[in-house]
Amino acid sequence: MSVTSPSPPSLSPRLLVAGDGALIVELGEGIAPALNAAVHRLDRRIADAGLPGVVETVPTYRSVLVQYDPGQTNPDRLGPALLDLARDLARASREPQRRWIVPVCFGGAHGEDLDDVARRAGLSTDEVVALHCAADYRVYMLGFSPGFAYLGGLPEALHQPRRENPRMMTPAGSVMQGGEQAAISPIAMPSGWHLLGRTPIKTFELRRAQPFLLAPGDRIRFSSISVAEYDRLAARDGLLPDQETVTEGAEA
Amino acid sequence: MTTHLRVVAAGPSSTVQDRGRFGYQRYGVSVAGAADPLLHAAANALVGNPADAGVVEFTMMGDTLTVEGGPVRLAVAGDAPLFVDDQPVSSWTSLRLRDGETLRIGALRDGVRGCWAVEGGMALDPVLGSVATHSRSRLGGLHGGALKAGDRIPLRLAAAVDRGESTLDPSLLPPRGEVIRVVLGPQDDAFTPAGIAAFLGGEYSVSHEADRMGYRLTGPVIEHARGFNITSDGIPLGAVQVPGTGQPIVLLADRQTTGGYPKIACVIGPDVAALAQKKPGDRFRFRAVTVAEAQAIHAQHRAVMDGLPGLLRAAGGFALYDSERLLGFNLIGGAITGWE
Repeated sequence: MSVTSPSPPSLSPRLLVAGDGALIVELGEGIAPALNAAVHRLDRRIADAGLPGVVETVPTYRSVLVQYDPGQTNPDRLGPALLDLARDLARASREPQRRWIVPVCFGGAHGEDLDDVARRAGLSTDEVVALHCAADYRVYMLGFSPGFAYLGGLPEALHQPRRENPRMMTPAGSVMQGGEQAAISPIAMPSGWHLLGRTPIKTFELRRAQPFLLAPGDRIRFSSISVAEYDRLAARDGLLPDQETVTEGAEA
Repeated sequence: MTTHLRVVAAGPSSTVQDRGRFGYQRYGVSVAGAADPLLHAAANALVGNPADAGVVEFTMMGDTLTVEGGPVRLAVAGDAPLFVDDQPVSSWTSLRLRDGETLRIGALRDGVRGCWAVEGGMALDPVLGSVATHSRSRLGGLHGGALKAGDRIPLRLAAAVDRGESTLDPSLLPPRGEVIRVVLGPQDDAFTPAGIAAFLGGEYSVSHEADRMGYRLTGPVIEHARGFNITSDGIPLGAVQVPGTGQPIVLLADRQTTGGYPKIACVIGPDVAALAQKKPGDRFRFRAVTVAEAQAIHAQHRAVMDGLPGLLRAAGGFALYDSERLLGFNLIGGAITGWE
């Protein structure tokens, strides 16, 4: 099992006022796996606590936006309760998490930028694919558009700036990398990220009982498939990837 | 036979809206919903709908609709000229339209957004719990986008309920002030004292980049303390984000769920609607209030919204509700006390 959390983060939770209907609990600065894991732990605690007046939460890289009904609560009541939940987040409890094994057809017409990414990294395309398939990705957050998941855990050897010239359209299911992150695009969209491959899995499907496959905090591992396998899987309706359970604390 | 409204001509941006799509922001789904919740609630009240029913929100100019089936009861909240088969009729009053009749909703005289509601509501399937249209992600509404000529909107009621019409005097609604009130934060510490003074002291005008997602403003430059990138975080309604140009952008109903520019302040709930009614070129100032002040204003607005049915009058001039019910509404509003 790869080690993604080199050291427990030193968290300094602070409460930020965001208008008359929201508070932000900020746990730290920047983008880091341990910090983001603490965010998701806090988000779960808030959901479990059932605090009066809380309408919806949005977990992001390093903070949780807590939207509340101003008719039911206020920062004086909600704030201390949230800070209380934010205590001892760094001490990783061994909570099971789901990990999706996402099949990806890398390179060629399915991933037009794979050759360029390999060349810039000074690696062969096989080595790039091997790095992507060995990486332990974590859904840091979803944003930008419905179902768009920002994945942390891109191996450092592959960190590269985004394309100078963004594409006006990229196909749904694109597995991409940009900067130090990776992503799976849920729908066709413009993007400046490098296209590595495509998955036949639909991460956003309104007709499915659970329209969003990926939730904040989920883990992802890519597995490389052939073009023929891609076509076979793409023809299947309602295809879901394999899933396994990992335990957070065991890795930290 | 299902009764329909056929869109003969659509306004420049008319979309189905309700209170918004909640519970999915964590998946990147924008809330959307009516830009002016008071007009949304008023249009519904006029036709006797629940306050959260879907309506059509139009921008600058309304739609032209022909009834297929019916009759249909419809009301427009907003100060626009209306014509039924070229005969002028009134907004803020419910209308009964017969099969084949055409309603034309003209250009708004005040504000940029109006709403029309139809009794019983539109027969649309909610998407992720809401009929609100989010055009950018093609979710909700009629087909994920704005109304267009030729659309046929299916209605839930085959025929209007047999009863009198109602009217609402818009002067009873709270006035929209010239000042837009904000609560500073969440990232006001990302700006210099001079930057915050510019934001609160200067006059801003609405630029031509102003839509349901956000209003880009023009005015005094707001100085950042250290760069203009933050680690992307969640964006609440009314957030005032300041990109590198130092010109603020206020994020509205169709805002994206997350973003990486620092937010100097958030416009308070009731004033988000007031801002969303401003048009390019309109000038205004911001004023900072505390959260407690903002919540008190919010409570007053909520009381008005909840009390809307009590403000209705029969189109002939009689109160639609008996005094006991009116008293109930007024008590909710806190306008009358000590009557026991």
